[in-house]
Amino acid sequence: MTRAITLSALAVLFLFPLVWSGWASLEDPSNYLEMARFGEGVGTYAANSVLVSFMTVAGTLVVSALGGYAFARFDFPGKNLLFLATLAILMVPYATILIPLYVLLGYLGLQNSLAGLSLVFVMFQLPFALFMMRNAFEAIPRELEEAALVDGCGTFRAFSRILLHAVRPALVTVGLFAFLASWNDFFAPLILLNDGSSFTLPVAVVSMTQRTFGAIDYGMLQAGVMVMAVPCLILFILLQRHYVRGFMSGALRG
Amino acid sequence: MTLTLRRAGRRAAHSAPPARRHSRKVQGWLYAAPTAVIVGVLFLAPLALVVWMSLHRWPLLGPARFNAPENYTKIADNPLFVDAVLFTLKYTAITTVLLSSVALGLALLVQERRPGVGFFRTAFFLPGAVGFAAAALLFYGMLNNDFGPIDPILRDLGVIDEPVKWIGTPNMALFSTIVLVLWRFAGFNMLILLTGLQAIPVEVYEAARSDGANRLQIFTKITLPLLRPTLALMLILSVTGSLLAFDQFFIFTNGGPDNSTVSMVMVVYRDAFFRFDLGGAAALSVVLLVGLVGLNTLMMRRLR
Repeated sequence: MTRAITLSALAVLFLFPLVWSGWASLEDPSNYLEMARFGEGVGTYAANSVLVSFMTVAGTLVVSALGGYAFARFDFPGKNLLFLATLAILMVPYATILIPLYVLLGYLGLQNSLAGLSLVFVMFQLPFALFMMRNAFEAIPRELEEAALVDGCGTFRAFSRILLHAVRPALVTVGLFAFLASWNDFFAPLILLNDGSSFTLPVAVVSMTQRTFGAIDYGMLQAGVMVMAVPCLILFILLQRHYVRGFMSGALRG
Repeated sequence: MTLTLRRAGRRAAHSAPPARRHSRKVQGWLYAAPTAVIVGVLFLAPLALVVWMSLHRWPLLGPARFNAPENYTKIADNPLFVDAVLFTLKYTAITTVLLSSVALGLALLVQERRPGVGFFRTAFFLPGAVGFAAAALLFYGMLNNDFGPIDPILRDLGVIDEPVKWIGTPNMALFSTIVLVLWRFAGFNMLILLTGLQAIPVEVYEAARSDGANRLQIFTKITLPLLRPTLALMLILSVTGSLLAFDQFFIFTNGGPDNSTVSMVMVVYRDAFFRFDLGGAAALSVVLLVGLVGLNTLMMRRLR
């Protein structure tokens, strides 16, 4: 009984901020209208965020599915070295290579570009994604693929027509992690984007608090918080099972 | 039918003629090529570039000039950085202790599968699905004296008489930040610990119970030792995450009041984009990188 009371009290503490934020933003629905008009318009920032997340998810899925297949099924020179180099991304603190990435994207003509930002996100997702995909491909019985090869498929046809379907759960997990990471990240877009019209939601909404004149409109701010948080909350609740399973497979990044 | 196919398939893969084997090498490389390009261009190249930059005077605009080892020698003269190191260490110590205690408490409360436990697990984890920037802005509003609900609630409960400066004094700013971090990350760490708890075989508990061990003994003699690898993972993640803290201080306290909550990464950011000294920022990055990789290696060795 005490246990039930403790749990309920804790649940109230954990859920209260979310409920309050939703309530504070809706108390005066014009908060949303005002937020929609902030800066370049919330539509621009939301579109940027959606585009970056889409490119990140697509890029991560394509690169890690191809790579995972290569690591699970082929032997090629430098295989172990490349795998170790990918896992080393986990060892190197995120924040310490953003400054050279900023310079490097400049050389590549990708500074202040949503595509450049997405590539950086794909890179940070790669250790986890590649690890997941390699394990998923390894778990498929070889016979499935060999039967297709004998029937005259090339490896790419076997890969795209048969194997990709078999690893769908891993694809969902990798995609979900890539979405949450790219949608929510603040530091990378803060550094890599410097033109207001290319801001993603986190950077744009934070800039609401740092206006030099006028009082901060807290109701509007909470409307911004909701616009950022609600898609993640819905997605998490719908795909909770995948998230937890992906999580338990070991590779994670704090 | 399937049997013959299987046999034929196995033969094709294992006793393939040399030309076929050669082509599998090439194919393997082709599938791995996108990974190699991403890792090479966006990870290994910046890793080399940060070292190269740290040896140069590298303004935001204009040409770079070799000046080693000035970027490194001037680190010690940067009072903001020295303060930031001390502050970040203090923040990391407090956060790690509190976060692991709270996460362990939550995990123990919801470890057994019984009706309704799924709801509580989700409730504790849900803040983890909210982006950290959004969470910081949420708390920024919630703790505001005029707008937020915390002051009125505490006043009604008789805990406080007058508004509290939640981010207005150095100590309160640190306290509020830690509450924010606990809210956002306790459920995440709980999930890590749950995976460890569930890996402990039930038989071990049953054996201990039949030997007459009480709850405390079971916890200290069985749960904690067997949870050690998972606790180690959680500690490493928490320490690394806290030492690299940026979002919470940039968004929530803006480094204030009086630069009392400036973290190490915040100094890197300010050096690069306010003082336009990318070389200096790169040198700080290299120091952080070497320090953290060293620390992680050490922790993994000690804790495993």
